[in-house]
Amino acid sequence: MSEVVARLRTGYGAGLRHALLMILCLAVAGWVALRLADEATAGPMLLWFVGAVVSHDLILFPGYATVDRALRRAARGGGREVGPARSSLLNHVRIPALAAGILFLVFLPGILGLSEDTYRAATGQDRFPYVARWLAISGGLFLISATVWVIRLARWRQRSGQPVASGPG
Amino acid sequence: MPARTPRRSGPEDPGQPDDVRRPGPAGSRGVAFPARLWRALEQHPAPGARAVQRAWRSPLRGPWLTSVFGVVLLVSLPVVIITGLLDYAAYGPQFGQAFPHDVGWLRLPPFDWPTRPSWLFRLTQGLHVGLGIVLIPVVLAKLWSVVPKLFDWPPARSVAQVLERLSLLLLVGGILFQIVTGLLNIQYSYLFGFDFYTAHYFGAWVFTVALVSHVALKLPRMVTALRSRPARDVLHTSRAATRPEPADPDGLVPALPEQATLSRRGAVALVGGGSLLLAVLTVGQTLDGPLRRAALLLPRGRNPGTGPNGFQINRSAAAAGIRPADTGPDWQLTLTGAGSTVQLDRVALLAMGQHTARLPIACVEGWSTLQTWTGVRLRDLAVLAGVTDPASAHVQSLESAGLFRQATLQSNQVLDPDSLLALRVNGVDLSVDHGYPARVIVPALPGVHCTKWVARIEFRSRGDE
Repeated sequence: MSEVVARLRTGYGAGLRHALLMILCLAVAGWVALRLADEATAGPMLLWFVGAVVSHDLILFPGYATVDRALRRAARGGGREVGPARSSLLNHVRIPALAAGILFLVFLPGILGLSEDTYRAATGQDRFPYVARWLAISGGLFLISATVWVIRLARWRQRSGQPVASGPG
Repeated sequence: MPARTPRRSGPEDPGQPDDVRRPGPAGSRGVAFPARLWRALEQHPAPGARAVQRAWRSPLRGPWLTSVFGVVLLVSLPVVIITGLLDYAAYGPQFGQAFPHDVGWLRLPPFDWPTRPSWLFRLTQGLHVGLGIVLIPVVLAKLWSVVPKLFDWPPARSVAQVLERLSLLLLVGGILFQIVTGLLNIQYSYLFGFDFYTAHYFGAWVFTVALVSHVALKLPRMVTALRSRPARDVLHTSRAATRPEPADPDGLVPALPEQATLSRRGAVALVGGGSLLLAVLTVGQTLDGPLRRAALLLPRGRNPGTGPNGFQINRSAAAAGIRPADTGPDWQLTLTGAGSTVQLDRVALLAMGQHTARLPIACVEGWSTLQTWTGVRLRDLAVLAGVTDPASAHVQSLESAGLFRQATLQSNQVLDPDSLLALRVNGVDLSVDHGYPARVIVPALPGVHCTKWVARIEFRSRGDE
């Protein structure tokens, strides 16, 4: 038995438990694929499944990582603030931006008004796109963040003995 | 890649694919079959692969942070999965009215969906949709924390690693597919053009089995990583004092980290804050009264009008093709059972014993509302039709098209004392959008099976089946 396991390790690259789990996983996925192969819309389903991964890994992630890198670079250069104030300013932009971004992604159909007819049939109501609400919520988050930052900046300056009034505020 | 090669190996774990960067049992670097292929792959990196490996900067990436997000998902995702499966059971698969029909072994064992507590479906579906939304930031953060693995070179060093990568494609594809189809469905945006039920149900199974495999393989690493850094220490570590974790065998810790711009506690709070924000903007669709408006960006965040009938509609009379003539004074309810047929108009129904019950109506899209319904008990109608011990009841609407123009109720759903053919709601007649002249309301039954504009009820006794 131990020789079989050893041979599995050299040949396959992992132990028996790993192999069994992979068989289970691929068997169920394979069964689902066969079950769905007859559906007229099997193609679009597969496309959306793979498309979801590609959209995240090759569009969404590189997108927000690039924006964040630009923000970090901007925070490093320029400005007179040092130490905690500099890093803090970065986060006071980053956090509301992230919140606005996630709200946009999650509530995208409502924000862009992609579903008016289905919506009317389902609710008996007309609707207007929620883009104004999304902008208002996002604006509110940026405002709160900016207010908190100004208060923190004032405290840091008081602590370090600089006059508060000279800040860009 | 000198910066990455001398990694300290983790505790020996039989579930992990052997990492050939680690010394093998004989002290030499082992390469799995076919060795020539894996060596060639390693020696011929794709253009840019090495540069990407050196480009990771965040000092927060590492086994501890990944494991924190992992343990949150490990606890919460099973709730989303189980409530999803329960919702399938709530549709009554034994009557062929749960979608998709043909699911083979991929379902819960059959059981009769209970009628108590009356808020059961409100809870399971509310949790499924609500928790599903709230977990989105955690899922995205978890993916962010492990994304360097995606660009690892070589992509595999053994058949085991190839298969594991394939299972991770199912895992990541599965969760993203479920999130996207679910979000589009609750917002009435059917951009995808395939059947939502079929896609979401089978997508869930692909995801679930990939999750089970992933957890079975990674659980020991998660436990080790969580123990490596007590939560108390993380809570007391400021941004300035935040340092990268020691190099890990999975290569999550970057080779060339920058100085931290966020502490670990800050990163966890940021993700938690994102979840909280989504929770605040979602929970309103299950609340009645002014708090419903908190669901500012969801379709069920406002009440359709005021007054006793001013609550959520799932399908308007106009959309269902119900004409005023159909629901006028000529409307009659037909009851059949035990060979007899009884016809009743609305006056006759109102003359029967009336019962009032406060019951939620809850939609599979996650919204719900609690209302006070008045009407005739279904079990009284069964007796009138000559069936004292109904095995089931088949309810048909005036609606001539539409997926939910009919529904079959189980025995317990007919016999529950609060199961009604409702004629009135909140003290007034039902509005036509809420099913006038009469609709079904049954405790804990999915909203779409609470048939509106009822035309016919066929009670089936046990002998008929």
